[in-house]
Amino acid sequence: MEIKKTAIAGTLESSDVQIMLSQGTDGIQFDLESDVEKQYGKAIKATVADVLKAYGVENANVKIVDKGALDMVIKARAIAATQRALDIVDEPMWEVL
Amino acid sequence: MATEERLRRTMMFVPGNNPAMVKDAGIFGADSIMFDLEDAVSLPEKDAARYLVYEALQTVDYGDAELVVRINGLDTPFYQNDIRAMVKAGIDVIRLPKVETAEMMTELVNLVEEAEKEFGREVGSTRVMAAIESALGVVNAYGIASSTDRMMGIALSAEDYTTDMKTHRYPDGAELQYARNAILHAARAAGVSAFDTVFTNMDDPDGFYRETEYIHQLGFDGKSLVNPRQIEMVNSVFEPTEKEIVNAQNVIAAIEEARAKGSGVISMNGQMVDRPVVLRAERVMRLAKASHLVDEEGNYIGK
Amino acid sequence: MENSVKRELPDELMNKLDYKPFETVDFGNPEIQRVAPKVRATTGKNKLVDSLEKAVTDNVKDGMTISFHHHFREGDYVFNMVMRIIIDHGYKDLTLAPSSLTNTMNDITIEAIEKGVVTNITSSGMRGTLGDAVSHGALENPVIFRSHGGRARAIEEGNIKIDVAFLGVPNSDEMGNANGMDGETAFGSLGYALMDAKYADKVVLITDNIVDYPNTPASIEQTQVDYVVKVDKVGDPDKIGSGATRFTKDPKELKIAQTVNNVIVHSPYFKDGFSFQTGSGGAALAVTRFLRQSMIDNGITASFALGGITKPTIDLLEEGLVKKVMDVQDFDKGAAQSMKSNRDQQEISATWYADPANKGAMVDKLDVVILSALEIDTDYNVNVMSGSDGVIRGAVGGHQDAATAKLTIISVPLVRGRIATVVPEVTTNVTPGDSVDVLVTEVGIAINPKRQDLIDALQDMPGVPVYTIEELQQMAEAKVGKPEPLEYTDRTVAMVEYRDGTIIDTIKEIKD
Repeated sequence: MEIKKTAIAGTLESSDVQIMLSQGTDGIQFDLESDVEKQYGKAIKATVADVLKAYGVENANVKIVDKGALDMVIKARAIAATQRALDIVDEPMWEVL
Repeated sequence: MATEERLRRTMMFVPGNNPAMVKDAGIFGADSIMFDLEDAVSLPEKDAARYLVYEALQTVDYGDAELVVRINGLDTPFYQNDIRAMVKAGIDVIRLPKVETAEMMTELVNLVEEAEKEFGREVGSTRVMAAIESALGVVNAYGIASSTDRMMGIALSAEDYTTDMKTHRYPDGAELQYARNAILHAARAAGVSAFDTVFTNMDDPDGFYRETEYIHQLGFDGKSLVNPRQIEMVNSVFEPTEKEIVNAQNVIAAIEEARAKGSGVISMNGQMVDRPVVLRAERVMRLAKASHLVDEEGNYIGK
Repeated sequence: MENSVKRELPDELMNKLDYKPFETVDFGNPEIQRVAPKVRATTGKNKLVDSLEKAVTDNVKDGMTISFHHHFREGDYVFNMVMRIIIDHGYKDLTLAPSSLTNTMNDITIEAIEKGVVTNITSSGMRGTLGDAVSHGALENPVIFRSHGGRARAIEEGNIKIDVAFLGVPNSDEMGNANGMDGETAFGSLGYALMDAKYADKVVLITDNIVDYPNTPASIEQTQVDYVVKVDKVGDPDKIGSGATRFTKDPKELKIAQTVNNVIVHSPYFKDGFSFQTGSGGAALAVTRFLRQSMIDNGITASFALGGITKPTIDLLEEGLVKKVMDVQDFDKGAAQSMKSNRDQQEISATWYADPANKGAMVDKLDVVILSALEIDTDYNVNVMSGSDGVIRGAVGGHQDAATAKLTIISVPLVRGRIATVVPEVTTNVTPGDSVDVLVTEVGIAINPKRQDLIDALQDMPGVPVYTIEELQQMAEAKVGKPEPLEYTDRTVAMVEYRDGTIIDTIKEIKD
């Protein structure tokens, strides 16, 4: 699926993560900002990449500002951001949850 | 209708879009945790909160707490997706806000059942509860409470209710007297739980205790809470006294004795023990155990 | 070589610096030869000088060891004033030996390192940009981290030989009689600075408040002081200590504090005449509040409270629940200001507080201590020095010293953000698990298996589940996931002494 519009989900509060998706042409490109990048950078990107894959998104620029979010928070924000970017908020893809 | 075995002294509200609070909601010992997708979440974040609560329900260990979600009202565009997501997540109870009629619960239950079938959950495994927030809701309380077998309980929500009644909340609670009693009677008649409204002023512990003692005396199962610090305060009000515990232990011993003798009649000190006395004794022992006043075998250990 | 907590130590550095690996928390009864400072006799005629610059240039020479105290904390002006002069005069190869380094000292210390002015540092800790710079190899020689008691010992034994001590004080007379209690920048106890005043060859007092001679009570006395320098301001009173003490409202911190109190009350040490140390921070203050209620409910009073002191502890003193406050530093204004009016609030030096190499320190008599941690591992070893990213951001403080108490409680949340607090192995081992007894988290507690007596006393506390520390570690990991291992170079950027002067761990340069 193609990203229809730039979308953002999540906040900059502690324990949250803000994920912004925008149209891309060169696969999934990450820009990650996190205090725990050394320890969890790969895990954070992998979680978001899995969600994008489940929605069939092949090209996107992903900006992640992480404030120490747990994996389940990252997944939830990735789902929200992707549905917004694909413009399917009202008709979510239930199988991805 | 199933007998209510569970203690429901405390139902703690958790804003559904707040990761820090959602992840830690299980550590405070609330009997029920109520994730809020409604008033605590702003309109543009309704979808985000829904998925946050969904993921939390999949991964976080909330221990023995009963898990409740307050969905958005049936007059909102979020209502149906909230139901489907929460049923898919396997929530214990869905709480519908602003319930005024039994039909509103029937509509909810139909959608819940559809979702259960769609996502392969056991039909009937998702329970529901109603928040009553208006004069019409109070008047229809019994119809609402007895509208479905899935009913877990009904709760008074005083902010909207007092506005509807053209008043506001007062320290003595006289404005809520009728609603509290009506809702409690409806719940008891229907055999479901009854929850009192929230108390929001954290700087007034005396007022909080006064209100909690009052609703405990009336017979409510428990109270909706806005802050984890209130849990211990409510539990202390619901704590049975040593005398109540000893009496309950005697009743239970009499039951055992009767059972051992194969006798259908339970007697204590030469008096016959009625069924209500047995039920009360069982509830006292449940409360005593939850308050850590008795050990595993039920012996009183005090504080 | 490897020490007894299984940390691999670099042989070459250990031999070069003549260090022994850590073996045991038991200090034993060795005989120790202390050193004495060199004294230039004077009748004091020329002690009072206007020029800090002259006091520096007349006394500091390349290669010397200079010291400071950190009682002004984030409000300190003295460190920056002195270091500015030192850098501008192009000094080289100095050793910096302050009692600790606060954030306000970071920028100028980094500048001094970059210019080769400072080539060695020993401190209780460091944070922020300085910790970051050192972790990335800015300083050629490894930093030596010492506990407050360990620093006192090292000064007494001559391992830290202070050539010139620059000590800021909120008041002094012209001869150098001074205390920490009076004046606009009063901070209360001078505990850490008392070591420098006693053992430095040259002592330069710096104050903005010259008072009539003789100044009493005198914590630093004229017999120890070479110069008294008058400056405009020694510090910012608003940043010296926190203002009004606020109890935490964070329900998780409150739950931990309440459980800590439960552990204390159910321990065999909670009886009339017991002693305790709680430290600072919102959770510690909450413990003090819960403990107060338990003491009232059980009719128990404490013989003393020890260490860094806060206003809630002074309140206990004034209520008669605590008989004496043994005070090495004051964390807030309330505690600092009460010292002059409370004769039961005794100022104590770092050696009296925490030094193992003397004829008995206060910590030897301590029953209960509540300590924090960045990490604790499944052997109960504690890290208060480096973050889980391997970067230095903490201080030993009195941690190793107070942990020798009869009941040492580590009070931490299971995880902070996505960082596990209970881990398989600490990033840096600062306080050995042998001196740690109980871990308290928001989900329950773990008791060091070496303390069967505590397991018996604490395992049936109502509402407080007891886990093994391995179980708590796994719960933490289940929440945050397994982190990637950190990457370091071979270079040692810091060595952590145990309080006896052996090496308990080293910190390597972090790779980014």
